[in-house]
Amino acid sequence: MRRELHLPYTQDEVDAIRAGDEVMLSGTLYVGRDQVHKRLAAAIEEGRPLPFPFAGNAIYYMGPSPAPPGSVLGAAGPTTSARMDPFSPLLAGHGLKVMVGKGPRSAEVREAIGRFHGLYLQAYGGCGALYSARISSAETVAYPELGPEALLRISIHDFPVFCMIDSLGNVFGGKP
Amino acid sequence: MERDRVISSKAEDRIAEALIRAIRVLPEDVESLIRRAAVAEHGQAGRLALGAILENIDEARRSGLPLCQDTGMFWCLASVGRESSVPLCRVEEAIIAGAGRAAAEGYYRKSVVEDPVYSRRNTGTNLPAVISYELADGSDVTLHFLFKGFGSENCSSLRMINPTAGEDGVSAAVLDMMMKAGGKPCPPVFLGIGIGGTMDRAAFLSKKAFFTEPEDSPLRRRLMDEVNGLGIGPGGLGGSQTVLDISIISEPTHIAGLPVALTVNCWADRKCSIVFKEGEL
Repeated sequence: MRRELHLPYTQDEVDAIRAGDEVMLSGTLYVGRDQVHKRLAAAIEEGRPLPFPFAGNAIYYMGPSPAPPGSVLGAAGPTTSARMDPFSPLLAGHGLKVMVGKGPRSAEVREAIGRFHGLYLQAYGGCGALYSARISSAETVAYPELGPEALLRISIHDFPVFCMIDSLGNVFGGKP
Repeated sequence: MERDRVISSKAEDRIAEALIRAIRVLPEDVESLIRRAAVAEHGQAGRLALGAILENIDEARRSGLPLCQDTGMFWCLASVGRESSVPLCRVEEAIIAGAGRAAAEGYYRKSVVEDPVYSRRNTGTNLPAVISYELADGSDVTLHFLFKGFGSENCSSLRMINPTAGEDGVSAAVLDMMMKAGGKPCPPVFLGIGIGGTMDRAAFLSKKAFFTEPEDSPLRRRLMDEVNGLGIGPGGLGGSQTVLDISIISEPTHIAGLPVALTVNCWADRKCSIVFKEGEL
């Protein structure tokens, strides 16, 4: 089934999406990958403030290529989600429970998504030019020293993704 | 000396130009295999992924953005003719200068870090490149480039299997590596397989394989069928189109071993070969 999800999300919108649904995202999306996850997890463990509110917001695993003149970002497709698996259950428990990436997740992540009623949405891997064309603004929120891995906030429209794990912990195709 | 510098800078221009194009426009044979897969795929979700991939190929061509933000680590095989008069240090200089310019002027993502274990500080240049050299017949110098994205490279692997394991053993090793990869390497994928030699030689051959004409051997046909039979499908969303092509290079090995190396490339199988005739480099 084809659905829309506006970000920041309401729980009702999230709960309406089922594994196997085609989802069009729009609104505000936060962007972070490996090193950002390591730092967010460290901030939680050390009781330090987080660089953006987790509640209602979704995170996209992505590190763009540089923006040529006239573009907001360069290519901006998803990176492999599995590398974020060690951090995702902790972050989901603190409210960052809607995730956008590519590829399979661990059993622990699936369990955390079900428990906290989040989502795992898969963006289409390698489609960096397509996603870039649907980003209308981008700004650095934190960790600029990470270069292409910095934490960003982007505005998106008609961002095509596919629901792999829904808020009940159901997995598309039955496997995580 | 003045003349030498001019020639060298022209070579650098040619390399940079080819590398800037290669991350935006796929080789024709690669694109046609993807288009064929889009017709052949019957899995509903897999078709969605292939639809996005085709849209992305068109968008990259239209906008001039790279196909994928992971513009990869430069992997270069310099194949130097035995009759070539070009000193190897000139070949190296041209590769590094051309690649460095492509990364800067071609809006490559700077994806290379200095120290792999500790600082992981970005070099900011997408260099160093991984360069290998080999001797070939004739007087040409050919530079073969892969733009090695690491979503797929993290799924590349190597097995030292039993020397008596035969074709069944090779197949079992490849299938096991592909099952572990699942949807991670952005399928449908291209596979390079190196068999024989030593551990490092097999790994090298698995990359060199992307620059050989695929030979339709019984092993290749078997692996095409079996990998597609895994049902991983485009984007890992299920379907019949998991692998688009497989190239295999086999070489002699030791009586006690059978090294099998697998390099996985995503559907965006970006590569190029640049040929310099005698006097052009």
